[in-house]
Amino acid sequence: MKSLAELQKIKARMQDRVVLREGSGDIRVVVGMATCGIAAGARPVLNEFVKDVSEEGLSDKVTVSQTGCIGICQYEPVVEIFQADKEKVTYVKMTAEKAKEVVEQHLKGGKVVEQYTIGAYQS
Amino acid sequence: MVRSQVLICGGTGCTSSGSPKIRAEFETQIKNFDLENEVKLVQTGCFGLCSLGPVVIVYPDGTFYSRVTEADVPEIVEEHLLKGRPVERLVYNDTDKKEEDDTHLDTALSETRFYKAQKRVALRNCGVIDPENIEEYIAMDGYAALGKALTEMTPEEVIQCVTDSGLRGRGGGGFPTGRKWALCAPNKAPQKYVVCNADEGDPGAFMDRSVLEGDPHAIIEAMAIAGYAIGATKGYVYVRAEYPIAVKRLSIAIAQAREYGLLGKDIFGSGFDFDLQIRLGAGAFVCGEETALMTSIEGNRGEPRPRPPYPAVRGLYNSPTVENNVETFANIPQIILNGADWFASMGTEKSKGTKVFALGGKINNTGLVEIPMGTTLREIIEDIGGGIPNGKKFKAAQTGGPSGGCIPESLIDTPVDYDNLTAIGCMMGSGGLIIMDEDSCMVDMAKFFLQFTVDESCGKCTPCRVGMKRLMEMLEKITSGKGTLEDLDRIEELCHYIKENSLCGLGQTAPNPVLATLKFFRDEYVAHVVEKRCPAGVCKDLLSYTIDKDKCIGCGLCAKNCPVNTITRTDYVAPGHKLGSFEIHQDKCIKCGACMANCKFKAISKK
Repeated sequence: MKSLAELQKIKARMQDRVVLREGSGDIRVVVGMATCGIAAGARPVLNEFVKDVSEEGLSDKVTVSQTGCIGICQYEPVVEIFQADKEKVTYVKMTAEKAKEVVEQHLKGGKVVEQYTIGAYQS
Repeated sequence: MVRSQVLICGGTGCTSSGSPKIRAEFETQIKNFDLENEVKLVQTGCFGLCSLGPVVIVYPDGTFYSRVTEADVPEIVEEHLLKGRPVERLVYNDTDKKEEDDTHLDTALSETRFYKAQKRVALRNCGVIDPENIEEYIAMDGYAALGKALTEMTPEEVIQCVTDSGLRGRGGGGFPTGRKWALCAPNKAPQKYVVCNADEGDPGAFMDRSVLEGDPHAIIEAMAIAGYAIGATKGYVYVRAEYPIAVKRLSIAIAQAREYGLLGKDIFGSGFDFDLQIRLGAGAFVCGEETALMTSIEGNRGEPRPRPPYPAVRGLYNSPTVENNVETFANIPQIILNGADWFASMGTEKSKGTKVFALGGKINNTGLVEIPMGTTLREIIEDIGGGIPNGKKFKAAQTGGPSGGCIPESLIDTPVDYDNLTAIGCMMGSGGLIIMDEDSCMVDMAKFFLQFTVDESCGKCTPCRVGMKRLMEMLEKITSGKGTLEDLDRIEELCHYIKENSLCGLGQTAPNPVLATLKFFRDEYVAHVVEKRCPAGVCKDLLSYTIDKDKCIGCGLCAKNCPVNTITRTDYVAPGHKLGSFEIHQDKCIKCGACMANCKFKAISKK
């Protein structure tokens, strides 16, 4: 180790790994991973979120986790996004591609992707 | 891409309750469910809640599973890791809060009563990082303090920072660490040393062990900082050979630190060289005394030497040496990083920061706790420790092991810090905290610790070698019912004599358990002497077991279990029963209690 910069580099590289253990960030992305969700293809959606959140450097703000069945199996894969002081957003019939978009627009840009939300499907 | 991490405790407690098997099963099951790329297993150091081991924590949610068995693992993997539903029956939950929203269960460790009142500085990485991975330590700001000290601070500034923080030696003595360093720094010598005292010997204490097992790099970093501050290029960690996991993790950590250039030559390009070696102790208690420890490192029999000269002037190999305890070192990187004011903001006026205690004895949450100085004993016992098991009454807390004293119930609201404990004739000690309930005999407790110091006395000076032995004999006289009130005065006199005349800390503090119990529980001593009675029912010679002949149905289970065949049937048949009752012949009774334990009719009592 010859400089502080070198140490910083290792720290930055490892940040993702330990930040997970410091508790949840401001935003929680919860993917429905009950049998219905898995059957409908929730695994790739979950993985896409995890990958994109990490690649976009959002790990310190966003926590991705799973949950059980929330009762709207016909809309699976369901993804809910919780953020303090904001209303919960529920995305339905998700795919990996849609997940990518949600990360880009919602998590990064702060703009809800209206057309994938449950409101858009029900109306 | 990892979305979840499973932390498995690899501390000594959980290892012995089976965490390696659980880890292997997790590996298998994670493969089974094809989660290898999504879930990462991490073996960490001690979480602190040893009584609930083996402990597993799942992140990001922080779900805390206790007493996990191999058979539980498939369920955790399928339900929690795959489907995201925590296995509630295994979740440790003593939080006061109820579920507020159903998507976020209060399963997190930080919410439990055990952790809520704690403040983790020395233990900050224990149970959080993989101690065998230097990069995880670096990710938690590891070695940043060393970098800061070497590149931005002068040695004087480092010492000033430690002095201003108010950090005092955590090994028990409470000597200001900054002053210790400042005394050593100006001494000129071709070679100076930094020594870490990891010869933790108090019965029931495992603070240093857990730090070494859970966060070994913190000690390496702190020792390098100390080396820079006092101008030493060599360091030794003296750790007992009975701590195999700690030794192994420390060895791995030292090798990694060398590989990353954090030990060795020209660290951080500053021109500062520092390297470390481990020395294994054979387990003699006296080697925890600083001069005996140095003598032992030099390869000689571990015996103390008179001070002065103090180690700061003539220590290891007759060279200026700074010796600090593991927990003291564990605080150093945080002080350098966050500043002296940050550290000084915690604790009381003269005792800054936090203290780690190994909580043991008659308490629900046995384990390791770190609290800000000034926390009351009541908070430690009732909130963090979860109270006394089986609804028993708190009697006293023993601090400082064989060198310490005890705190009786009347002083349970004393804020715990160095000076308050000294004021009540107790001692902070290294952090063993043994809780005793109404079933503990204080004379017996004093005898236990005294026996320990009698065994561990190195024999170099007479007051300790002979005085302690005589003290022990007088205590034995009392617990066997042959003591007199004059003995109590003689005991007190001898205690003070040993304290004043012994060569090293061992002898100077060894009478403390006796003095403290005499001070707070003199009535118990008097009961042993005058009434020939042990109020707690512990001292065997003063007990007798008797059978209530009217309750005895004559089943004979007591006689069958008596190892010395001193229970026989009588002709007396209690009203309503058919067989003759039994009686115990006191002359042969060894008071083992086997009869009472086996009687199903509560016909046997001890007095």
